[in-house]
Amino acid sequence: MLVSLKWLKDYVDIPMKPETLAERLTMSGLEVDSIKEISPPFNGVVIAKIISLKPHPNADKLSLCVVTDGSKKYSIVCGAKNIKPGDIVPLARVGATIPGGYTIKSAVLRGEPSEGMLCSEAELEIGNDASGILQLPHSVKLGTPLEKALDLLDTVFDISVTPNRPDCLSVIGVAREVSALTGKKIKMPKIKLKETSENIKSLTAVKILDPDLCPRYTARMIKNVKIGPSPIWIKTRLEAAGMRAINNVVDITNFVMLEMGQPLHAFDFRFLEKERIIVRKSKKNEEFVSLDGKSRKLPQDTLLICDGVKPVAIGGIMGGLNSEVKNDTQTILLESANFNPVSIRRSARKLAMSTDAAFRFERGIDPEGVIRALNRAAQLIAEFSGGNICKDYIDEYPQKIWSVKNIKLRLERVRKITGTEIKAAEVIKILRSLGMAIIMTGEGKFTVNPPSFRLDLTREIDLIEEIVRIYGYDKVPATFPNISVTELSVNRHLDLENNIRKVMNGLGFNEIINYSFISPLSLDNLLLPADDERRNLVRIKNPLTEEQSVMRPMMLIGLLDTLKKNINNGCTNLKIFELGRSFIQRQEGKLPVENNMLAALLSGNKGEDLWHFKANVDFYDLKGCLENLFFDLKLKNIKFSSSISEPFLHPGKSCTVFYDNNKLGYLGEVHPFVLKKENLKNTAYVFEINIDILAKNFGERIYYQDFSKFPAIVRDVAFVVSRDIEVDYMLDIVSSLKEYFLENVVIFDIYEGKGIPYNTKSVGLRFFYRAFDRTLTDAEANNVHEKIVRNIVALTKAKIRGEENQ
Amino acid sequence: MMEELQQLEKNALAELQTATTEEHLLAIRTKYLGRKGLLTLHLRKIAQVQEDKRAFFGKRCNEVKELIVFKIEEALKHQSEREKENVFFKEKIDVTLPGRAVKYGRIHPVIQISHEICSIFSTFGFSVVEGPEVELDYYNFEALNIPKDHPARDMQDTFYIEENIVLRTHTSPVQVRVMEKVRPPVRILSPGKVYRRDSDISHTPMFHQIEGLTVDKGITFGDLKGILTAFLKRVFGPDTLIRFRPSFFPFTEPSAEVDIRCVICKGRGCRVCSQSGWLEILGSGMVDPAVFKYVDYDSEKYTGFAFGLGLERIAMLKYGIADIRLFFENDFRFLRQF
Repeated sequence: MLVSLKWLKDYVDIPMKPETLAERLTMSGLEVDSIKEISPPFNGVVIAKIISLKPHPNADKLSLCVVTDGSKKYSIVCGAKNIKPGDIVPLARVGATIPGGYTIKSAVLRGEPSEGMLCSEAELEIGNDASGILQLPHSVKLGTPLEKALDLLDTVFDISVTPNRPDCLSVIGVAREVSALTGKKIKMPKIKLKETSENIKSLTAVKILDPDLCPRYTARMIKNVKIGPSPIWIKTRLEAAGMRAINNVVDITNFVMLEMGQPLHAFDFRFLEKERIIVRKSKKNEEFVSLDGKSRKLPQDTLLICDGVKPVAIGGIMGGLNSEVKNDTQTILLESANFNPVSIRRSARKLAMSTDAAFRFERGIDPEGVIRALNRAAQLIAEFSGGNICKDYIDEYPQKIWSVKNIKLRLERVRKITGTEIKAAEVIKILRSLGMAIIMTGEGKFTVNPPSFRLDLTREIDLIEEIVRIYGYDKVPATFPNISVTELSVNRHLDLENNIRKVMNGLGFNEIINYSFISPLSLDNLLLPADDERRNLVRIKNPLTEEQSVMRPMMLIGLLDTLKKNINNGCTNLKIFELGRSFIQRQEGKLPVENNMLAALLSGNKGEDLWHFKANVDFYDLKGCLENLFFDLKLKNIKFSSSISEPFLHPGKSCTVFYDNNKLGYLGEVHPFVLKKENLKNTAYVFEINIDILAKNFGERIYYQDFSKFPAIVRDVAFVVSRDIEVDYMLDIVSSLKEYFLENVVIFDIYEGKGIPYNTKSVGLRFFYRAFDRTLTDAEANNVHEKIVRNIVALTKAKIRGEENQ
Repeated sequence: MMEELQQLEKNALAELQTATTEEHLLAIRTKYLGRKGLLTLHLRKIAQVQEDKRAFFGKRCNEVKELIVFKIEEALKHQSEREKENVFFKEKIDVTLPGRAVKYGRIHPVIQISHEICSIFSTFGFSVVEGPEVELDYYNFEALNIPKDHPARDMQDTFYIEENIVLRTHTSPVQVRVMEKVRPPVRILSPGKVYRRDSDISHTPMFHQIEGLTVDKGITFGDLKGILTAFLKRVFGPDTLIRFRPSFFPFTEPSAEVDIRCVICKGRGCRVCSQSGWLEILGSGMVDPAVFKYVDYDSEKYTGFAFGLGLERIAMLKYGIADIRLFFENDFRFLRQF
């Protein structure tokens, strides 16, 4: 909220610099976001007096004046009609600047010299009146700069008011805070009303049909008003608060709202049919044209202010075009009411109308301030529009507005919460400075009644906050809690993630973080079939863009996006991984499944285009990383199976990853079609695994195994097998034999091509035979070895290389 | 005879000086010490020497011979070392070429900050817990004392999945989920992703927060100040100025916004701190009794404080990053710097 210090000073003395005040307010909970000096849009304009005036010899519409600024006389050619000798006027001397970017120069107009310019209100943009030169009171000293004479300089605070403090959404509200901080007395505006003998109750009536939504409605009537511009002091105050001046009546309703926090509305009484006000809820499909000229279909149960026939305002939100104050308005019905905050908030949201009035009503206004604001506005309207206030006011108050009384406060509790030995006298002083009534009911026990405008204070804890914020947070000593020792709980998932980060970093992968939301279309790009589980998307009802409208069901989309962005930036060697969640919708009304995932992508040159390697990365580079990761996590029983394949992976270079027969995810080359759709020519290898299962099992306990001190016997065999026999199958044959002396078997060579038949491959296996307690003999080793080879040959129809023709 | 011997010694030593190859040295050896070598021949002339001088002549001849032998061997040894060195020289590599190690990867800066904060709070006895990112309205708002149709809902622009399901707008719902399950004392820290419907240079629709909560007997606002001051000094340095300023959060009371002296301008006022000299770093407060009521804690018996902070903001201040969106663009030129 913008608060003019000049306006603030109308209600409370400020015995300090603006910066100091801003600091004090900020440190007591009213955060001053910025301090702005405001000055009028002109410079070098001073107060002058017209000494003489005569017609211009060469122009009918111009006159020649001589003016003085108190020290020098100036000849001025002027076209205005409203001036005469003796008038006090603003003079823009040579060198002055006025709005529109003009600088005043000495000139000769139709043969007569002119050394400046007399200005109208409009020319100086301090008002709308362009009809003649601005007339100023005779009390000001000649030569005074106009901004000083009219008191146009000001400092404006931009205060961010937290939702619990609607009482500070007014200048008087802020003044009350200043008063509490400085001890200076608050000066409320004096309200004196001159009423006519005609009673409002004989002219109109108010009926509230929905007291739940409108617990109180008050009104006054002002007759014989003349609509015109507001006085400058009202206009400048409104403008300082960021509001546009419209006319005297409307400006005054806004002025009083800003001053006291009570929104008001002025109806042109002649448009109120059957001369009455009925407050009711909207009916189905009711339409209404509000002051902004827009026609809206009203949601049902919107609170409406109606006359005897039709709606004339959306209660607490905006008035209607049909009853707006016009230039020829004569009779005003002034409304000051209290509306249900929840109802106003709902309606304002549904209608997307966040007006100043709605903003205040939905936060809650002082139920006891309704009449004061009504009277204040009536008085000002009468004063500045020449109207007459009818006798009495209407006060429909069918439902007492709930407020909390007699809050119990314990000094001991204040100390327990704050951790400071604040004294009883201090507590009393602070609460009184905030306008609270406080009675001591016993040793360290009080009963407190907050003022009616502090709707936020209903409990002891609310009072404690008030005490400590005025006391000063900085005065509370910083301490360490006296806490009991407890065992720290272990978070297996985060431990796993940190392990993964360590390994992936060591393997050269960089961690990335993508947005959790994606475009639903990106799943089509992945060729994901319609019945895939990952199509059960968690959709955002109100996304920022369609591109970010569903929660990702898998991580791959973000990785490919990162690949693309980096390639476009000229970085083609990518080693990235991401830890995060994927989301699968289950059923309406239930939270979706959130899976913790690890995904990685590898693309580009093995040696990052340095001098070491010229080769590009391939499937086995990434598979090796994953194997290394499982090794570090001490996870055994990992299987890579080519039997299931993902539609977005190369069918011949992809596999499914299993842990203990649980499917973890996939590994493989991204399908060239998918990359083509993204306009990428590069190849990329990816894996994505669910780590929730791993979190339970990683880091298995280590049991040290003693090893043999005797030499091994090594035998190499190259098996020529059909190309589609997988090595895993051959190794399974070996391990199924459970040979005691076989210590290890490794694949030392894979060969396809010249020298062996078409559609076969040569698999070179190296077997290590060793006994634990002695040196194994050749005969023993051969015995076992031949059995193993025989079995492989029998089951795979392999030929032994070098023995093909035997 | 003696003069000849002297001359011979002199010549031999001079020739040795000029010899640069092994062959040359060997040739010199043959020339002087071979079977028909000059010194060998000279020694045979001993018969011509006067008898009383023979012993001396013989001794001298042997001395000269030993000297030449020693010198030649020394030169040969030196020569072979030089040649060995030559071989190594030919094998010389350019040691300034980059090494072949796999380039170590980087941890995302936001996660690095998260780790730092978690480890600081673990020294205060806080355990790390997590919660769902898609959250029930009840946990995200209702049980945190933010009823429907309350203006406090405006403080956070929310993504909705269904009427009662949202993307969590803060990590605070984890507080409630934990308190529902555990009786005091509670000391938890909860890092994670949060979502708000906002996007510009200082806001991304997704960002990271850490929530902290402690509930026990006798926890005071002074304790909140103590713990958070200690924490901020660990992150931003022991000389960091810190201020606690009244604010409003529906789930804490009294509430405090915590500011640190601007790390950029040191309080003189700059663009980063909007001329105020202070940077808002975290929100905090004493847990509101209304929240305790939702989880059935006795607020007369227990008190506690909670706090929350944005990790990107801390990272931006620590590393001097001006645009929050960089954290999620995953540009290698960004990521490789941390």
